[in-house]
Amino acid sequence: MSDNLVLEAKSVSKFFGTITALQNVDLHLSKGEVLGVVGDNGAGKSTLMKVLSGLYKPSEGSLFFDKEKVSLNSPRDSQNLGLEMVYQDLALAGNLPIGDNIFLGREPTRKVGPFNFLDHKKRKQLTEEHLAKLKINVKSADQKVEELSGGQRQAVAIARATAFNAKIVLMDEPTAALAVKEVGKVLDLILNLKKLGVSVIVISHRMDDIFTVCDRVMALFQGTNFAESELKNTSRDEVIGWIMGKKD
Amino acid sequence: MDHGEKRLMDKSQESLFVRLIPFFERYGILLLILIMIAVLHLLQPDVFLSWRNVTNIFKQVSWQSMLALGVFMVIVTAGIDLSVGSIIMLSLMGLAIASKAGMPWYVVMLVAPAIGFLCGMFNGIGITLLRMPHPFIMTLGTLYIFRGIGNLISGGVPITGFAEQIRVIGNGKIKLDAFFGEGAREYIPTSLILMIVIFFIFWVFLNHTRIGKWIYAIGGNPGAARAAGINVDRILIVVYTLCGFLAGIGGLILAGRTNSAYPNAGLQSELDAIAAVIIGGASFFGGRGTVLGVFAGVMIMGILRNGLNLMNVSVFWQQVLIGSIIILAVYIDVLRRQLATRT
Repeated sequence: MSDNLVLEAKSVSKFFGTITALQNVDLHLSKGEVLGVVGDNGAGKSTLMKVLSGLYKPSEGSLFFDKEKVSLNSPRDSQNLGLEMVYQDLALAGNLPIGDNIFLGREPTRKVGPFNFLDHKKRKQLTEEHLAKLKINVKSADQKVEELSGGQRQAVAIARATAFNAKIVLMDEPTAALAVKEVGKVLDLILNLKKLGVSVIVISHRMDDIFTVCDRVMALFQGTNFAESELKNTSRDEVIGWIMGKKD
Repeated sequence: MDHGEKRLMDKSQESLFVRLIPFFERYGILLLILIMIAVLHLLQPDVFLSWRNVTNIFKQVSWQSMLALGVFMVIVTAGIDLSVGSIIMLSLMGLAIASKAGMPWYVVMLVAPAIGFLCGMFNGIGITLLRMPHPFIMTLGTLYIFRGIGNLISGGVPITGFAEQIRVIGNGKIKLDAFFGEGAREYIPTSLILMIVIFFIFWVFLNHTRIGKWIYAIGGNPGAARAAGINVDRILIVVYTLCGFLAGIGGLILAGRTNSAYPNAGLQSELDAIAAVIIGGASFFGGRGTVLGVFAGVMIMGILRNGLNLMNVSVFWQQVLIGSIIILAVYIDVLRRQLATRT
């Protein structure tokens, strides 16, 4: 295990009444690492992500950010620690331009007398810089999100997550809703984040995604750690077997 | 081959048409107003564009425009406010009673906006904190409640006669002797100035402040707004409160204009307000529309009514025409969207 850990979960359990969603799950993530999390429906992937982002409080176990033990009460807390979540349903407002979506709720403003007005110029400039940094190509930062393709929307959602120097990005099925030709662009974007030193956790059903972008893959089965491997030491067939609960 | 050529031609024709779409999207409504003015001027050359008639239109729309502006903000959040016509009546009655009780004019002046503010806040709280399933239901309820209270406090009879300072707001004239010579009859209505100032303030609010941006975001996708850490309930309360406040200002203007408070004041004006907002290009599903569009929508309604009155067209035909324009305006929007998605 490397010593530049940015995120660690130690024997995390989550119970909903009598249902056990997670049982003693461990997870670790290093700087600039892309970790794939796989598992069948109901294996606990989404619950684990919600625990990491602070949406759920773990019933047992603890979380460490930069090796410091933390207690998260809301997604705000994890955001403040540099963790951002890209939601499956994207959480974008289609009627607003790209820049407005990226900065929604955190708009740059300037003071005029006692009033705070939106700084349209600065938002546009920051948006263009950020999109360029992530190599996201769109016609204009002022384009409305509803005019974008599914892949471009996913890119905007990722841009939104990383606009405030996120160190860790969680992505729930980032390519699930995309046309085949757009999947590659989103995967390139994930590799770009890695180059920029951002750590990424990707939940995906698609082996192509996992084997294109991930450094390491871990499988959950019925709420527990089932298997884990560096990507170079495993194969698609083996990982598919893990998802179904089979190990040689 | 022949077939292929034909398709090619169709495409180039369409692209010209498609290229004109953004132009019409932006200026189409202004074009419509200009056409209406030109036609009415041709039909009524001496009257329609006379100073007296134009100022009359502005005085007429000034109080209605306050309702439309408030309802517009509510519609941007994908909500609806049916109670503004009753708020205007209740605030007018409150003002009249304060006036009759002998309160000084500057207190009387504050009563109407204050009542509107409280009514709007009541709507907002009902819709958010009481978890009413849809704003339609909450504001349908308060449509009856507010008018009922207005009749209860006034005894259901008109109250007339306000202080000069109140009447100035709805009926005041800014003389233009400096431009047109001593004793000229040309003037600018005070209520027009008030309307322009208020529209400008709300234009700044919606386009240049964070809360304004969030109002549009909530209309576009409330889930996205929540995920961005925006307190959606709080913003909705602000929007409904401002809507009520504007209706209260409408009540103040109407008080000055008619110099009386009467039980039927503002009856069905909530529907006129919704009509003006829709004609002005706002989407009923939220997130879309501009303050300038609302102004245009209000003017179209005002010009149309005025022009038809001048030509002695019966009120019944006016109703048919205004209804048709609402449907036509929305249908043009539907067509525009179909074209936009095809390209």
